[in-house]
Amino acid sequence: MSNPSQTTATAPTAPQEHEPRIVAFQCKWCTSAGSDLAGVSRIQYPANAVPIQVMCSGMVSPMYVLSAFNKGADGVLVSGCHPGDCHYMKGNFFARRKLYLVQKLLQFIGLESDRFRMSWISAAEGTKYAQVISDFVRDMKALGPQRKLKAKR
Amino acid sequence: MTKKRTGVFVCHCGNNIAATVDVKRLAEEMTDEETVVYSQDYVYMCSDPGQNSVIQAIKDNQLDSVVVSCCSPNLHEKTFRDNAERAGISGFTCEIANIREQCAWVHKNREEATEKAIKISRSAIRRVAHNKALDPIAVPVTRRVMVIGGGIAGIQAALDVANAGLEVILVEKLATIGGHMLQLSETFPTLDCSQCILSPKMVEVSRHPNIKLMTYSEVQDVSGSVGNFRVKVLQKPTYVDPEACKLCDDCVQVCPVVVPNEHDLGLTARRAIHIPFAQAIPASYTLDVDACLGLNPIRCGKCKDVCEAGAINYDMQPRTVFEEVGAIIVATGFDLYGQENLGEYGAGKVEDVLDGLQFERLCSASGATKGHVLRPSDHKVPKEVVFIQCVGSRDPAQHCAYCSKICCMYTAKHARLYKHHVPDGRAYVFYIDIRSGGKGYEEFVQRTMEDDETIYLRGRVSKLHRTRDGKVRVLGTDTLTGQNVEIDADMVVLALAMQPSKGTEQAAKVLKIGRDKDGFLAEAHPKLKPVESVTAGIYLAGAAQGPKDIPETVSQASAAACKVLALLSQDTLSHAPTVAKVRESHCTGCEMCVDACPYQAIRLLNGKAVVNEVLCEGCGTCAGTCVRAAIDVKNVTQLQIHAMISAIMGG
Ligand SMILES: Cc1cc2nc3c(=O)[nH]c(=O)nc-3n(C[C@H](O)[C@H](O)[C@H](O)COP(=O)(O)OP(=O)(O)OC[C@H]3O[C@@H](n4cnc5c(N)ncnc54)[C@H](O)[C@@H]3O)c2cc1C
Repeated sequence: MSNPSQTTATAPTAPQEHEPRIVAFQCKWCTSAGSDLAGVSRIQYPANAVPIQVMCSGMVSPMYVLSAFNKGADGVLVSGCHPGDCHYMKGNFFARRKLYLVQKLLQFIGLESDRFRMSWISAAEGTKYAQVISDFVRDMKALGPQRKLKAKR
Repeated sequence: MTKKRTGVFVCHCGNNIAATVDVKRLAEEMTDEETVVYSQDYVYMCSDPGQNSVIQAIKDNQLDSVVVSCCSPNLHEKTFRDNAERAGISGFTCEIANIREQCAWVHKNREEATEKAIKISRSAIRRVAHNKALDPIAVPVTRRVMVIGGGIAGIQAALDVANAGLEVILVEKLATIGGHMLQLSETFPTLDCSQCILSPKMVEVSRHPNIKLMTYSEVQDVSGSVGNFRVKVLQKPTYVDPEACKLCDDCVQVCPVVVPNEHDLGLTARRAIHIPFAQAIPASYTLDVDACLGLNPIRCGKCKDVCEAGAINYDMQPRTVFEEVGAIIVATGFDLYGQENLGEYGAGKVEDVLDGLQFERLCSASGATKGHVLRPSDHKVPKEVVFIQCVGSRDPAQHCAYCSKICCMYTAKHARLYKHHVPDGRAYVFYIDIRSGGKGYEEFVQRTMEDDETIYLRGRVSKLHRTRDGKVRVLGTDTLTGQNVEIDADMVVLALAMQPSKGTEQAAKVLKIGRDKDGFLAEAHPKLKPVESVTAGIYLAGAAQGPKDIPETVSQASAAACKVLALLSQDTLSHAPTVAKVRESHCTGCEMCVDACPYQAIRLLNGKAVVNEVLCEGCGTCAGTCVRAAIDVKNVTQLQIHAMISAIMGG
């Protein structure tokens, strides 16, 4: 993990820094609960990611990821329970398998692979949630706006 | 579809939200959403006046759906859904926008936080625009209970449930119920005889009209869900008909095969045909087929010949039984950590080094030595005995990381029992700390030290070995004096760690319930749901859930019974209606969803997927897998998620 102070150090020199827009699909039982814990613990992180709570990461259709990019998202996160800890026993295994392919597909069509991320965050990992979002926002700032899949209107 | 009439209610949460999010602006901006016909903000939406104002607004504006922008749905989703029902609309048309935990509390910049809160709220509005008014699914309940494991935990739970009038099936792996408590001599902190308090309960189980006892049986498969489980049980043949058996013991007298007796942990021997011990329940013999010469009159057949009652039947077959139950209590107990893992203590190969349960059998009147403490190698009275605590416990580097909790107490008990049997003997206890929390427990340990003059040495034993003159040399350190200690003992007793039984591992696998990092059964919440497993309808009791003594085991068993009774006192259970639904016109019958479903809730009927709504838990793994978007979870449909993405991206 690189130094987070990097962004703050470079901020003044970039006058209109790109504010990335990130969509975070997070499962109800682990990651959403983990982000609630981040809140209860008042751990601060950037406001660029907007959460969409789903029942299980296994529910996230590849179409959602593509749709978010199509509508202009700079980054998409799918986060669920740790493998083996799925509230629905094996939903996140399906998510992992399927979304790995989505990642490969995105790479294939030329999208920076960093723009799509998966993570496993438990209900006890508020700190990790804040870290995952902070890192994502920092990296998307560095990458600049996503144009590859954004619909031209 | 007629246009929705949604009301938006923005909560200040005192200053919790309002300090960071511009709640007035949020409430105002929501009115430009197409479906929103009403919007307001209020200081505490969850308070009585807050909730009443929601009801009033629903009635005054003929709202059919509600979005509350407030704290996490984990806190007040139920509050606001119930409130919506009170106003006469379906609770399922109320959604929460979490703008506290996931927004106001984690951001400082007011502008940014307000923007994000707007997006979160808009996405909830777009979602609720497609929510259906759903009714909970009523599931009938089977008012029968299965208890797995017939130790004191299982016995207590079975009796409590049966006494409340429900039918219980008690499944025990061994040929008798009783568990480890049967092997104990006397029990701390009162030193009352274990069998004297346990046997009456065992007899009560065998005579109870509501208890169906299945010993020598194992659960092999479970399907269904809370309220309606279907359990497959395999009953192994004992080759003896308990109804016909007269307990005359003639068969044992003629059986030529001698094997170690597991009830006495190998300190005594038994025959291939045997009764686990005199007061076994059911009171009958078991022919141990692994030891028997072959269930064959030509090879042996002596027991069958001698049995006048004709109770022995070599042709008895295993029986598979299916039982329908509404709830399951798992009480599969513990095993001791294996001595073979302890190289430093002779790996179980040094004579006169016993484990705690073996020592119990030495002290027990029904045990190997009829209650005389004699060491196994030469049957002499041991004059110096060393007890070692924390063997295999509290040792994350090599053995179990956790504290086994009961060993301080049973070691103190062992030292006392030893001194009562051998008043001129000397008892040493090596310990790390003394943990004696519990009613009368600390006093018990003090009496062991003072009245019974046991010598407590603080420190670990590094090694032990057999000497030429038939002693066991114990090498340790007394960390209080800083000196090395060397004791030539006649006998050593190891307080081995308690670990989840092998049967617990097996049961957890079959029931698909979680285990913790140490392999004990995992409770649904460490504080607030200590007797529930994560799977609804499956409860936990006893040492299978964690190391515990008898009082704690019994409390947990009664607690589990109480939870089961509360569950099964309902005529029907309500199941969340947010389940998967198939759009037949789009389904090609490819079966991807059938394979993906963790609950086997989807099957193919006439070439189309069909969902069993009772089994479906609404996880949506099917929906995420379907390439034709032909299956969706109600109120979290793909259409809704796309609408939410649009809302967030400003579309
Ligand atoms: C040396 C020693 C001394 C002790 N002394 C005391 C004392 O003085 N006072 C005190 O309060 N406590 C004492 N204890 C603790 C006490 O033994 C336990 O608290 C108690 O036995 C736990 O009961 P249980 O029913 O949970 O487990 P168990 O007694 O282990 O019973 C579990 C039962 O489940 C059965 N089973 C396992 N797997 C399956 C399966 N898959 N299917 C069907 N059946 C299965 C087993 O065969 C067994 O009958 C002592 C423990 C030890 C080791």
